[in-house]
Amino acid sequence: MAEPLDDYIDAVSKALALPVEEAWRPAVRANLDVSLRLARLVDEFALPDETEPAPIFTA
Amino acid sequence: MTAKPEMTASEIASAVVARKMSALDATEAALARIQQHDSILNSFTDVTADRARAKARAIDADIAAGKTVGPLAGVPFAVKNLFDVAGLPTRAGSKINRDLPKARRDATLIERMEAAGAVLVGALNMGEYAYDFTGENVHDGPSRNPHDTTRMTGGSSGGSGSAVGGALVPIALGSDTNGSIRVPSSFCGIFGLKPTYGRLSRARSFPFVASLDHLGPFARSVTDLALAYDVMQGPDADDGACTMRGVEPVTPLLDESISGLRVAIAGGHFQKNVFPEAVEAVSRVAKALGASRVVDIPEASRARAAAYVITTTEGASLHLARLRKRPNDFDPAVRDRLIAGAMVPAPLVDRAQKFRRWYRAQLAEIFKTVDVLIAPATPCTAPKLGQVNFNLDGVELPVRANIGIHTQPISFIGLPVVAVPVPLEPLPIGVQIIAAPWREDIALRVAHALEKMGVVAAPAPRGL
Repeated sequence: MAEPLDDYIDAVSKALALPVEEAWRPAVRANLDVSLRLARLVDEFALPDETEPAPIFTA
Repeated sequence: MTAKPEMTASEIASAVVARKMSALDATEAALARIQQHDSILNSFTDVTADRARAKARAIDADIAAGKTVGPLAGVPFAVKNLFDVAGLPTRAGSKINRDLPKARRDATLIERMEAAGAVLVGALNMGEYAYDFTGENVHDGPSRNPHDTTRMTGGSSGGSGSAVGGALVPIALGSDTNGSIRVPSSFCGIFGLKPTYGRLSRARSFPFVASLDHLGPFARSVTDLALAYDVMQGPDADDGACTMRGVEPVTPLLDESISGLRVAIAGGHFQKNVFPEAVEAVSRVAKALGASRVVDIPEASRARAAAYVITTTEGASLHLARLRKRPNDFDPAVRDRLIAGAMVPAPLVDRAQKFRRWYRAQLAEIFKTVDVLIAPATPCTAPKLGQVNFNLDGVELPVRANIGIHTQPISFIGLPVVAVPVPLEPLPIGVQIIAAPWREDIALRVAHALEKMGVVAAPAPRGL
């Protein structure tokens, strides 16, 4: 039975031409699940529209 | 005079300059100790014996000719193998990078250490591509903890922690993206300095996460840490993130009183998920410094999450071509993390970088009323090699994901930190002495005061 992130992994794997062998899939899925969970934690924090990202490009 | 393993860098340099001991003798002693113990510690991946002997002889010749030599004359040191060492491929803990051409020029920090008279004796084991908190490496084997060789050194600068903790060399250099200097310092019972982001040049070192990468020294005394730090400072056009600030020497300031400094204990996130050893270590340091005020660091858990997101995505970007071409040559655990990192949607990364700006402002407010924050360096003492989980208050937690939870929210905004070793039994553990940006002097002075009080010290290696 397909896991919730599998379709997404397949699509991004194709878009980036990044191989994901079946044997690696459970670990990739588990890592992606952690990354997205932590990213959501950041995303949930409201920031003013004017907030600059941390790295500043200097011309 | 015979070089002894417990000699500090400053003691070696003084003896060499006074001609009580030659630089060559100091170098031979380090090479002999590496030969004797590194089959167990596995901290070195390359020993540059010929180069070291040539350099040591040159220093001895300069001294004999009456020339001025630097403050690290004859001091053996080694570097994490992500530093370029002329004549070696910069493997950065990987199998893939061994196919790179040999480096033609040393990293800037090696050049500056050698200009001060130090003698490079080799390159050190590390976690693959620095994406590691354990010091384990599938290609080279794990570096081993000098106090108990069945335990982790911590990573990713594991060889640096092991080599200095095992007294093979008095100084090593490493890198810290999320904790890779502070974690091995904690597990191996030594001092480590992660300077302000941009303070020390990263030129000709293999990167990991450009916006989070720092380089810095490890040592068994604060004086040695400051000596190495001082000689490595200064602008460098070869690293775009390196500050244009001039050299701000700390060594002459180390003995200044710390009585006027406002010291606080980091609360909230930094008091959660900690073993009793970490609580005891912070408590001892706080008591010695007369600190009782607890300051909550707002959103530190979210800062740790944002650091994780930036790390995994920038790391994936760095390695994308290698992930396509040579996925089977990676450590599978590193490969699978990086592939997942490549799949995190871009807006979430941008959110993390914007959150970083917000979080930096919160800490800037705190540093208006505080000079020093103290926090655990690791939640526990060194776990067993290969250990997967630890049990905290009845809850099973993954070791790897939790080792850096207290270091990540600090390096996330580039604050300077000295990791100081509290010599608990049976294993040491580190505490972070955290200062405002560009105030390494304050963190080092506090570390030095703690050292003089006997509260922190690098214990003699017990596992050898």
